[in-house]
Amino acid sequence: MTPEAETKTATGLLERLAAGELLVFDGATGSYLQEHGLEPGGCPELMNAEQPEVVQQMARQYFEAGSDMVLTNTFGANRIGLARYDLEDRTSELNIKAVENARAGAPANGLVIGSIGPLGGLLEPLGDISEDGAFEALSEQVIALEEGGADGVVIETQIALEETLLGIRAAKENTSLPVMATMVFDKGPRGYFTMMGVTPEQAVEELEKAGADIVGTNCGNGIERMVEIATKMRAVTDGYLLVQSNAGMPTLVKGENCYPETPEFMADGYAKLAELPVNILGGCCGTTAAHIKALVEAVKPEPMAV
Amino acid sequence: MAIQHEGLAKEFEWVTRPGEQKHISESIEKTDLLMQEMAYQLIIGANTEVDRLTKEALDKGYTANDVLDDGLLNGMAIVGVKFRDNIIFVPEVLVSARAMKAGMAHLEPILSASGVEPIGTVVMGTVKGDLHDIGKNLCIMMLRGAGFIVHDLGVDTAPDEFADAVEEHDAQLVGMSALLTTTMPNMGRVIDYFEDVGLRDEVRMMVGGAPVTQEFADEMGADGYAENAVECVEKAKELLVLLKELKG
Repeated sequence: MTPEAETKTATGLLERLAAGELLVFDGATGSYLQEHGLEPGGCPELMNAEQPEVVQQMARQYFEAGSDMVLTNTFGANRIGLARYDLEDRTSELNIKAVENARAGAPANGLVIGSIGPLGGLLEPLGDISEDGAFEALSEQVIALEEGGADGVVIETQIALEETLLGIRAAKENTSLPVMATMVFDKGPRGYFTMMGVTPEQAVEELEKAGADIVGTNCGNGIERMVEIATKMRAVTDGYLLVQSNAGMPTLVKGENCYPETPEFMADGYAKLAELPVNILGGCCGTTAAHIKALVEAVKPEPMAV
Repeated sequence: MAIQHEGLAKEFEWVTRPGEQKHISESIEKTDLLMQEMAYQLIIGANTEVDRLTKEALDKGYTANDVLDDGLLNGMAIVGVKFRDNIIFVPEVLVSARAMKAGMAHLEPILSASGVEPIGTVVMGTVKGDLHDIGKNLCIMMLRGAGFIVHDLGVDTAPDEFADAVEEHDAQLVGMSALLTTTMPNMGRVIDYFEDVGLRDEVRMMVGGAPVTQEFADEMGADGYAENAVECVEKAKELLVLLKELKG
C-alpha cells in the first residue's frame, strides 16, 4: 500500500464522523447471498472468487439504497473458519477479492469495511483455540483486508471479550485502519448480557480501552431492543457508536425465514438511535435495500447530494 | 432442617423460585456432608476436587447412583438455575461441566455395567450449513447430567444423518440446533425428512438456538422448543412422557 493511500483510508471514515456526519451501513449479507446462489452448507466467502458479480451487485444495491458504507463478504474468512471448507490456504485471496468486489459496487465516496466475524469456537482454556492461533488468524485476515484496500474493519457479532480484544489488537498492530467492534447481547432476566456474560456498558469500556475507534452492537435483536442497548452504551461514552439491527427475529413461512420488522417500523427506531446519537446505523439479519432506504429517509432528512 | 455445608448453603441462596427451592433443598438436605461438598465443588467448577471426592465416595462404599444423584446432580441443579437467571454465563457452566465430566468418568463404567436404564436416548446435532456448537454442547452436557444418553452428531448435520442415528441408537428424542438465521429453516427440513422416511411418529423432535423462537418452532412443526440448556432438560423429560403416551 502506498503512503498516500494509507493516509486516505486511515482518515476517510473517522474524518466524516468527526465532521458530524451520520453514516449509514448496509443490510443483511447472508440471506442476500442465499437468495442469489449460495447453496445451503456452502461457503459464503468462496463466492468472492466464484460468483464475484453477485457480491458486487449486493454492494451496489445497498449503495444505491443510500448506504454510505458496506461490509465485505468476509464474516468467516479467517484461517480457522475456512479450514472447515478446506479453504484455509485461500484466506488472503478471498479477503482481498471481497474488498475488490465491494469496491466495484461502490461510488467514489463509498466506504468499504472489512467484516471480521467470530472464529467459531471458544479460546483456551474453555475451548480449543489458542490465543496465539487466534491472534495469527485475525492478523492474517486484517492484513489481507487492508491489502485489498478496505477503509476500515469491524470485529463483529462477538460474544467474548477476549476474542474481541484480540481482534482489535490484531487490527491495531498490523494495519493503520480505523477499527470498529460490536458484540451481540441477549435480554435475560437480569438485563442485557452476551452469552459470555458481558454487559453493554462493560463492552463499551473494554473495547474502547483496547483502542477501538467505534464500538457498538449488531445482530441478535430487533430495533426496539437495539434502542435499549444503545441507550445503555451512550450513557457511558461520548465516543462513536455503531448499531446494526436485525429486522426482528425470524418466523418460518412456507419453509422460509420471514422477518417481522418492516422498513417503516424500523425507521422509527433508527430515528431514535440517531437522536442518542448513534453515529453509524445499519441492518443485520433480515434487513434489505428497502430497509436501508427507509433508514436513510428517517435519519437524513436532507436529500443526498449526488 | 437446613443445608449443613456452608458454601453450598450460600450457593443455594441463588435459588429463588419457591417450587425450585423446595425441590432442590429437599434433595440436598437428605445428603451428608461429603455429598454436599461434592455438589459445592461442582458448582465452583473445581474439577480436580470433584474427581478426588468421587473416588473417595466410591471407596467408602457409596453407590455410583447415589454419588450421581446426591452429589453431582444436586450441584448441577444449582448451576442450571444460576445460568438461567443470569447469575453465571457460558464460561462458568463449561467449567462446571468439566468438573461433572471428571466425576462421571468414575461413575459411568459402574452405571453402565450395572445396567441402570438411562431415562432416555437423544441424538443431537447442529443442522446442515451451521458450524456453531457452543449452545448445543451446553444442552448435551445438561442432558447427560440429568441422566440421558446423548449421541452428539456434531455440526453441519444432514437430515439423513439424524435419521440414521435415531435408528442406530434407538433414540426417542432428536435435538436440533442452529445459530445462524440462514440455517434455521434447515431444522424444518429435518422434520420433513423424518416424515418422508416414516420416522416422524417414532420420535419427538426439539429445537433450539439463539435466533429460534417458540413461534418458529411451531411453524416448522417441532414438538418442543427450549430457550436455554436448563429448559432443554425439562422439555426433553416432558416430551419423553408424551411419546410414551402416544405409543401406548
